[in-house]
Amino acid sequence: MCFKAKRLHRLALGPVLSLLGLTSRLAWSDDTKVNQINMPVSVTEVGASIYNLHMTIFWICVVIGVLVFGVMFYSIFAHRKSRGVTPSNFHESTTVEIAWTVVPFLILLVMAVPATTTLINVYDTTDADMDILITGYQWKWKYEYLDEAGENLTFFSNLSTSQEEIYNREAKGEHYLLEVDEPVVVPVNSKVRLLITANDVIHSWWVPELAVKRDAIPGFINETWFRAEREGIYRGQCAELCGRDHGFMPIVVNVVSQQKYTDWLSDKQAEAAEIKALMAQTFTLDDLVKRGKDVYARDCQLCHGANGEGGIGKAIAGSSIATGPVATHLDVGIYGVSGTSMQSFGKQLNDVDMAAVITYQRNAFGNNMGDMVQPLDVFNHKQGQ
Amino acid sequence: MGEHHHGPAKGLKRWIFATNHKDIGTMYLWFSFAMFLLGGAFAMIIRAELFQPGLQLVEPGFFNQMTTMHGLIMVFGAIMPSFVGLANWMIPMMIGAPDMALPRMNNLSFWILPPTFLLLASTLFMEGGAPAFGWTFYAPLSTTYAPPSVTFFIFAVHLLGLSSIMGSINIVATVWNLRAPGMTWMKMPLFVWTWFITAYLLIAVMPVLAGAVTMMLMDIHFGTSFFSAAGGGDPVLFQHVFWFFGHPEVYIIILPAFGVVSQIIPTFARKPLFGYDSMVYATASIAFLSFIVWAHHMYTVGMPIAGELFFMYATLLIAVPTGVKVFNWITTMWRGAMTFETPMLFCIGFVVLFTLGGFTGVMLSMAPSDFQYHDSYFVVAHFHYVMVAGAVFSMTGAVYYWLPKWCGRMYSEPMGKIHFWISFVGFNLAFFPQHFVGLAGMPRRIPDYASQFADFNMLSSVGAFIYGGSQILFLYNVISTIVAGKPVSDDKVWEGAEGLEWTVATPAPFHTFAVPPRVK
Amino acid sequence: MLNASDKPIFNTVARLLVVALAMFAFVFVVMVPLYNVLCDALGINGKTGGRYEAVATRVDESRLVTVQFVTTNNAGMPWEFKPSTTAMKVNPGAVNSTVFLARNPLPQAMVAQAIPSISPARAAQYFHKTECFCFNQQPLDGETSAELPLQFIVDQGLPRDIRTITLSYTLFDVTDMVKGAVATR
Repeated sequence: MCFKAKRLHRLALGPVLSLLGLTSRLAWSDDTKVNQINMPVSVTEVGASIYNLHMTIFWICVVIGVLVFGVMFYSIFAHRKSRGVTPSNFHESTTVEIAWTVVPFLILLVMAVPATTTLINVYDTTDADMDILITGYQWKWKYEYLDEAGENLTFFSNLSTSQEEIYNREAKGEHYLLEVDEPVVVPVNSKVRLLITANDVIHSWWVPELAVKRDAIPGFINETWFRAEREGIYRGQCAELCGRDHGFMPIVVNVVSQQKYTDWLSDKQAEAAEIKALMAQTFTLDDLVKRGKDVYARDCQLCHGANGEGGIGKAIAGSSIATGPVATHLDVGIYGVSGTSMQSFGKQLNDVDMAAVITYQRNAFGNNMGDMVQPLDVFNHKQGQ
Repeated sequence: MGEHHHGPAKGLKRWIFATNHKDIGTMYLWFSFAMFLLGGAFAMIIRAELFQPGLQLVEPGFFNQMTTMHGLIMVFGAIMPSFVGLANWMIPMMIGAPDMALPRMNNLSFWILPPTFLLLASTLFMEGGAPAFGWTFYAPLSTTYAPPSVTFFIFAVHLLGLSSIMGSINIVATVWNLRAPGMTWMKMPLFVWTWFITAYLLIAVMPVLAGAVTMMLMDIHFGTSFFSAAGGGDPVLFQHVFWFFGHPEVYIIILPAFGVVSQIIPTFARKPLFGYDSMVYATASIAFLSFIVWAHHMYTVGMPIAGELFFMYATLLIAVPTGVKVFNWITTMWRGAMTFETPMLFCIGFVVLFTLGGFTGVMLSMAPSDFQYHDSYFVVAHFHYVMVAGAVFSMTGAVYYWLPKWCGRMYSEPMGKIHFWISFVGFNLAFFPQHFVGLAGMPRRIPDYASQFADFNMLSSVGAFIYGGSQILFLYNVISTIVAGKPVSDDKVWEGAEGLEWTVATPAPFHTFAVPPRVK
Repeated sequence: MLNASDKPIFNTVARLLVVALAMFAFVFVVMVPLYNVLCDALGINGKTGGRYEAVATRVDESRLVTVQFVTTNNAGMPWEFKPSTTAMKVNPGAVNSTVFLARNPLPQAMVAQAIPSISPARAAQYFHKTECFCFNQQPLDGETSAELPLQFIVDQGLPRDIRTITLSYTLFDVTDMVKGAVATR
């Protein structure tokens, strides 16, 4: 690894600038975030007050630190034996002791005031413009836009960084590990209420620039909120250790104008309609395999290996499921296997993708079954026919 | 006491059947250093993987095993036993007792440890790997989703708890009953005071940890649902129980370190400790407060706002007695006649770095800003400042300070000073940048990170390697002192040293204070 | 081994042992039950109380509260599970009912347990269920569907600033726990 000159330059100047409060304010474009040394100022009102609280306490600590260490280092300099001083013998003073008990207490009291008001604000989830149900999975997020009419928009958000980049076989992209296939999209200046829960273990949904971190706990629901005041793409990660790929389940929130948000919503609906249309189609084996290869790379490869050789999950090459009856294969894919790390993909994949990936698995890695599954078969299987 | 006045037994028997507090103390110290190196080796693996973005050396699953084992071994294998070792060596000598009150139990509580850690380390080779759920082992990752080795982990934690409880009972019984005539409570050296209070904390909270892992065991094997929502339990309950143990636990680690620093600074300032009484009261109030602040580790679980506020205010209060301690140490230095031998350097390093850790502690106590800090590298930086620069620095200082008394030979002062400066620089290089990446948004316990964190992580890794490497120098210095150090004959060793342990011969004979001294 | 001078030591040890044992017991007999009591009382984690015995009350017609329903399947739970209606506007004090739809798509019979959770947690103590499928485990034969009933009252005491209550159900597969029959809690 070679240090580029530019990097060294940033490294040297970054802390200096940041202490002056400069870079944190400039930290909006992705480029200057490199070597950022402070909390992002946040694009929400609550986040701004959290940032101010953070900086207030930081400066109070700096002042106390300068005083305390100043006294100590003066003493180390002046009261050393090598300067020929004779030690004095004083060892108590009630007045001083009371003073340095009471004064810090008062300082803390002062600190507690802004902390309390900010906290009350964080907890005020009333009157939201929209609600999103976030579910943490090992190791991805599911987002469900709650709709009063009952037409909830639901999708999963997976890491989109390739294994090639992670294993250093390809150059790393600009948003290495902080990019997803399906970002959350919300309109600017809208109060978004987040309902957070988990499917398996505890996760934690954290986006620093939105100043939101809340644990996702299986069986229970948590809530918090944000109102982003600036359009932009905000990236975060799971903050609670949730197993092997805890480091690989990022969050991307795309804050857009109201118009763009409406467009996005209708795009999503069109997409759903398109899938519905595809459902009725009959695909050729080649089409299914081609589509299935991509789905496999995204959703299966991590556990089952690039060549179906297995790993965390069982091998698919030559497996009794992938070379056995189609119905069993569909059961495993749609409903998962209870008590193992094989999740149920019935809700994560649409029927077209499910049909494609099952077909792919049956016709790749030396599994030359030659049969195929059509989207309608998946649909019917789900209906129990 | 059934002890006769003879020297130690010969060979291996001396150690296996050891009942002498000095021998047991020595074994504790060597064992904890071995564990420090093992836990350190795991840390080196972690930092090597984090040297660059991307996965180079280990798989994510193994990385999680490393962070878990690093934490468990450092907390339970290195820091706690090292202070128990120090207590064994020094408490009887400081209060004028012939030995610990319960020598045979003392032997047992030590000898539980090696097999326990062997068991814990062996989980690395088990099917499914070692525990990979972090040293805080939150359910349900540590129950429903745990590798099979979790059962051995639970067994190991039970044994550790047993050992700690026995060790603590021994310390309390010794301090209560074996003080020399005239050694009144408020004459006890602060190291004895802090350990006395620590021992009570241990007796109170190690059973709570045992309870937590027992519930895990029952959930995993006997079908109960303490921590599983499906059967009416609650995963958050686990966190409450764990931190009810875990917060006192961090004071268990730091209070004896306070004691050590309170012994060493007066010696090298050649001036009595300032505010002895307030030090005792501050220690006691920290211990008390430690029981009512546990949920500040859980601000993000979604507690009712009243709970958040209560735990925030209670946590802020801890800054008061902790501040008193720091002020007292600095005032002890004030208008003293200081020299800067290695133990003093480590203590000054302790005061500076621990105070920095205290500052970040105050920041973390603020619930709203903790929503940003929680589970980020900012927290990692914070607790390494208080655990490593706190507990480990003071322990290192303690070894340099008392080593001449223990073995009758003086360590190499230049080498000690070099060890300090390399440690100090390496430590700060390793952990200071972690504040930055944490604030900028890097979560803890991840094997790979976004490119924007690359430079600071590389610095951090370099610092960690330097700090880790400096421990080899420490080991060399200690061994060469024992083998070939310059003999010391002065009972006091240090010009400014005060206390009963400096009134016995150097090196300290196998039996000391068979006849209790009279304390004026 | 003990002689006269050891007696105080023995006493100290005995006292400390009692403390250690008491703390171990404290976890089970105090912490766990107390936590559950506090959860029910304060709605920690949005936990709700058990069956509520309806008392004749006045219906507060001056305001409407939106009650949202959301469902989550825990890992390994293949059932289809959703509310028949995603939201209701109700008057505090009124008795409301709705159903949730469940379907077991697998060939074998299974047993489910739904775990309720309310958000904001502050509202939990004002949300009373007079009838709920979550009070019992729900068995379902293979490839069958069921309508699971819920009947609830929002208390008139609900703070006025709470205008939306979300009721979440997480569905767990407890088939194995039932089979094991050791599940006691």
